Amino acid sequence: MTRKPEPVQVIKQRRDAVLAALVAGVPYIRYLGISFDRRGDELTAVMPFDDKLVGNPFLPAIHGGVTAAFLEVAAIIELSWSLLWDEMEGGGLDPARLTPETLPRLPKTIDFTVDYLRSGLPRDAYARARVTRSGRRYASVQVEAWQDNRARPFAQGIGHFLMPGPEG
Amino acid sequence: MTGTGHGGGMAQQFLQMIPHARALGIRLDDLGEGHAVLSMPYDSRFVGDPRTGVIHGGAVSALMDTSGGTAVLSLPGATGTATIDLRIDYMRPATPGQRITARAECYHVTRSVVFVRATATDEDARRPVATATGAFTVERGAGGPADRMPR
Repeated sequence: MTRKPEPVQVIKQRRDAVLAALVAGVPYIRYLGISFDRRGDELTAVMPFDDKLVGNPFLPAIHGGVTAAFLEVAAIIELSWSLLWDEMEGGGLDPARLTPETLPRLPKTIDFTVDYLRSGLPRDAYARARVTRSGRRYASVQVEAWQDNRARPFAQGIGHFLMPGPEG
Repeated sequence: MTGTGHGGGMAQQFLQMIPHARALGIRLDDLGEGHAVLSMPYDSRFVGDPRTGVIHGGAVSALMDTSGGTAVLSLPGATGTATIDLRIDYMRPATPGQRITARAECYHVTRSVVFVRATATDEDARRPVATATGAFTVERGAGGPADRMPR
């Protein structure tokens, strides 16, 4: 017996609603203006350029702290997204009732290292993260950010995260 | 030049001119040769966990990075700096509502690279919120110590 596949719009709405709830709950993500593009389960963090993100007004260049924050946000959302995926696809998360308060708890950053490869130009920035290890208690995530050229990243990062407890 | 040490004027100026440091409300509390103390107020816009009101680690990173750069610029003859890498260890969540203070020191200085350590605390200064280590580039103006070093 085969089940009829879900209509594509239902799937998209559910995934977009879960992603939106994940991102909307964090004031600092809103403050930096970061949003996420989704293609299937692949996420790309997008940070449009804004004057308040500048760290060196002479070049000008994006502040190193902003770059670090952008990478960390991209890493933690990717990790949370990968943790929620199975539950979401299995129907265990009701997107209609998802609010920042009812979402499962997010992983906590243990440490985060940023490599500054080039100065961040006054342009939009993009980042993609990859969960390289996802254990019961700890996870490792790599992340890379670029601007005009995907092959020329301006920063890369690696972080370790403490998984949320079973109490949720 | 201010009374806060060699290069103090440069570092003060540096901080005033950074749009993102202004956006975070970062203030220079103390400056000496190779060390800097910077702080930022609690602000609900910078919260990372709405359930607890704890400030996002990214905002703490921005404060740490700025304190490291400021410490480098407080070195005699330093005219410019950029972060090469920065590692942050998050010890505990900062207490909501409290000011966060970062103390940065240059613990080793070479002709073109400065190694920096920083510690962030909230109002309980005995238990760090986060620590950081980083390498920063340093540019030096004409006549600075860099020009007398062998190349």
